[in-house]
Amino acid sequence: MKSRDPSRASSVPPRREGEERDWSVVVEDGRAKTNEPVSSAVAEPEATTLRHEPHEPPRQHLPTKLFEKRTKVHNKRIDGPFRRFKWFVMLVTLAVYYGTPWIRWDRGPYAPDQAVLVDLANRRFYMFGIEIWPHEFYYVAGLLIMAALGLFLVTSAVGRAWCGYACPQTVWTDLFQHVDRFVDGDRNARMRLDAAPLGPKKFSKRTFKYTIYLIISFWTGGAWIMYFADAPTLVRDFWAGEAAPTAYITVAILTLTTFTLGGFMREQVCIYMCPWPRIQTAMMDEKSLLVTYKDWRGEPRGSVKKAQKNPGKFGDCIDCLQCVAVCPTGIDIREGPQIGCITCALCIDACDKVMADIGRPRGLIDYATLEDCEHEANGEPTRSPWKAIFRPRTIAYFLIWGSVGLAMLFALGVRSHVGVSVSPDRNPPYILMSDGSVRNSYTLKLRNMESRPREMEIAVEGLPGALMWTDTIGRDDAARSQIKTVPADQVLSVRAYVIAPEGTSTQEFNFRVTSRDEQQESATTETRFDTPGGEQ
Amino acid sequence: MANKRIDEPTGTEFVGHEWDGIEELDTPMPRWWLWSLYATIVWGVIYVILYPAWPLVNKATEGVLGWSSRGELAEEMSVVDQARATVREELARIPIERLPENSELFGQAVAGGRSAFQVHCSQCHGSGAAGSQTLGYPNLNDDDWLWGGDIKAIEYTLVNGIRAPGVDDTRMSVMPPFEGAFDSDQLTAVTNHVLSLSGKATSTASGAQLYQDNCSVCHGPSGEGNRELGAPRLNDAIWLYGSSPEQLRTQILNPKMGRMPHWSGRLDPVTIKMLSAYVWSLGGGEEFVEVAEDPAVEVDEEP
Repeated sequence: MKSRDPSRASSVPPRREGEERDWSVVVEDGRAKTNEPVSSAVAEPEATTLRHEPHEPPRQHLPTKLFEKRTKVHNKRIDGPFRRFKWFVMLVTLAVYYGTPWIRWDRGPYAPDQAVLVDLANRRFYMFGIEIWPHEFYYVAGLLIMAALGLFLVTSAVGRAWCGYACPQTVWTDLFQHVDRFVDGDRNARMRLDAAPLGPKKFSKRTFKYTIYLIISFWTGGAWIMYFADAPTLVRDFWAGEAAPTAYITVAILTLTTFTLGGFMREQVCIYMCPWPRIQTAMMDEKSLLVTYKDWRGEPRGSVKKAQKNPGKFGDCIDCLQCVAVCPTGIDIREGPQIGCITCALCIDACDKVMADIGRPRGLIDYATLEDCEHEANGEPTRSPWKAIFRPRTIAYFLIWGSVGLAMLFALGVRSHVGVSVSPDRNPPYILMSDGSVRNSYTLKLRNMESRPREMEIAVEGLPGALMWTDTIGRDDAARSQIKTVPADQVLSVRAYVIAPEGTSTQEFNFRVTSRDEQQESATTETRFDTPGGEQ
Repeated sequence: MANKRIDEPTGTEFVGHEWDGIEELDTPMPRWWLWSLYATIVWGVIYVILYPAWPLVNKATEGVLGWSSRGELAEEMSVVDQARATVREELARIPIERLPENSELFGQAVAGGRSAFQVHCSQCHGSGAAGSQTLGYPNLNDDDWLWGGDIKAIEYTLVNGIRAPGVDDTRMSVMPPFEGAFDSDQLTAVTNHVLSLSGKATSTASGAQLYQDNCSVCHGPSGEGNRELGAPRLNDAIWLYGSSPEQLRTQILNPKMGRMPHWSGRLDPVTIKMLSAYVWSLGGGEEFVEVAEDPAVEVDEEP
């Protein structure tokens, strides 16, 4: 595998024979110098000062370049099974993104009826039947862990499938490339138009194209904010100019990023900006599927005519460059796996089509693992790429991924929808009353996670002789337990005063909160009762 | 460096650094990257012109916009003050004894009172309003009140203070010192009688007689105290200056009497109302009972 600067790959013409120069030996000043690197461990002392000398090619100076010019990618239309799969994934992902906020989900009168809603203002996250409170953020952490493990799983099984099909950058780039094709025509027409001077025709085409870009970008930004508020209301407010400034700013930023990243940056994002390809290279091994050119079958390249004249001398690759023409990132897959390759497999479609036309077997470019490639090159029997998916590593990833998911579902299923937290007053820790009894004050937070108001009973457990009243229930009604109505989906803060008779020692006791409905959910929290007497 | 060479496979120049044969290529950045660099430089220059930036000896450069974080805070605070104006107006209108009925307004008053308490009251009464027995500052959380514990009485105390010099309506009373009035047996007898009122000692006939003659006028025959005079209850568990016989004797011979400054004129009436609500809400607040047409507590100047 040669590592090449991928952005330049398509612009460098294939090297012809005879141009190759042997850099291994350089004769300079009448001395033969090898091009082998010299390790400092074995080098002669004087070599440290002449470190570059022995293997230095003749001095050459490039004109100083401050930047690498982008070669615009004009990918050609192609049809085939992978292109159709890409269409399918694109439609599904776009439908999910644009459509999800509009799904309704009935949660009763006290909660929003949007199926997926990140309600930042009220600090609630709704996802169909699941409602997450801020203190349960570990579920979100769990989701993120699942997402990460999912990417590990996918990467180790099918390589950069995420990059090739499902990554938003890929999906939107694809969408914008289809717009290019729709407005300006296919590859050659687009290249001609790019080269043409700006006249009325080009100007109108460009205006039309950028307008479509802007509409898509705006729609993308607009769909994003729908996840954070009731979608129909927000749409009305948005156009009435009554939505929050954050909404307009978010839409503006996302419109701008979609417009630039999808309309112009495209493959530059994958090659220069995205860390994921770098991480993935570390996670792939010789057993991972990737899109690869089978050079032992294709090389040396030669046209059909040449092959007919000299049978047996040329490989299957006829150097038609269709694989380069259809590539959305503009690379030449025949140079080997590279960071610019998002494994979208469109080159497989293109090559298979050409092979079918000239009557050679398909799969000169194909999904294969490096291990299988080696076997195939040595003439050993090969196995189906599908078998590459099931191996200990992917199964282990899947089991971990699945158990995280199951654990989360289990935790969601058994969690309690009431809660109480207690914060005892520490200043002063206790108050001596005029009859000699001792009072402690507590701030209770009663949590009702159901979407309806619930009556809850707060009871003192332990602490003999103790009575309790609250900020709204007077001391005259002091009792062992009190009843409060906690509003739907809210935390109610209650000041509780607990009084214990003279002679009570400092001790621990519990507050128990029980919902007074058919669920009878209950939660307890231990806290401390302080007295002047201290512990006994 | 003079040793600029070209890496043949990529056509890129070497930087000239080499570590054990591994060399660094001077791979050019894409053009948009270079532009972002220039854009950040331009942005930096504009920022330095518009906003405070360079620290100088006494202050930083000011920037042509004149923005400062301090100024922004002042603006935000004035906005908050304006937002509070309606609450303050409502508080100014409502009679103090009606305040607890309006739970929303009362909650706001308690919150405002809590912060005012930390500023003006916590020096003596403590940040938790627990007072101090060693220094003789009463605990405001309990149900024992020297001068009355309903919200109106608390407000009166706040407005006029206790034994505040130069205030006509201040809460005023004096316990005479009994230095030299009792011999040591009599002192022990009266001390024991006082302690017996809350069951801490046994009384004698002479002690009861002495108490009846000297103390019951203000503290009541059974030590129930008198709030009009600020005479503390002697038959309960709460002793502001301590409950040991020694502390009691000191208090009889040479009484300590607490003082509290008046707050009218120093705090606006709304803040005083908020403070009253806060103190009343601490857990020992008493219901306000309308006693007569004139609910103001008349204070007898004579002990």
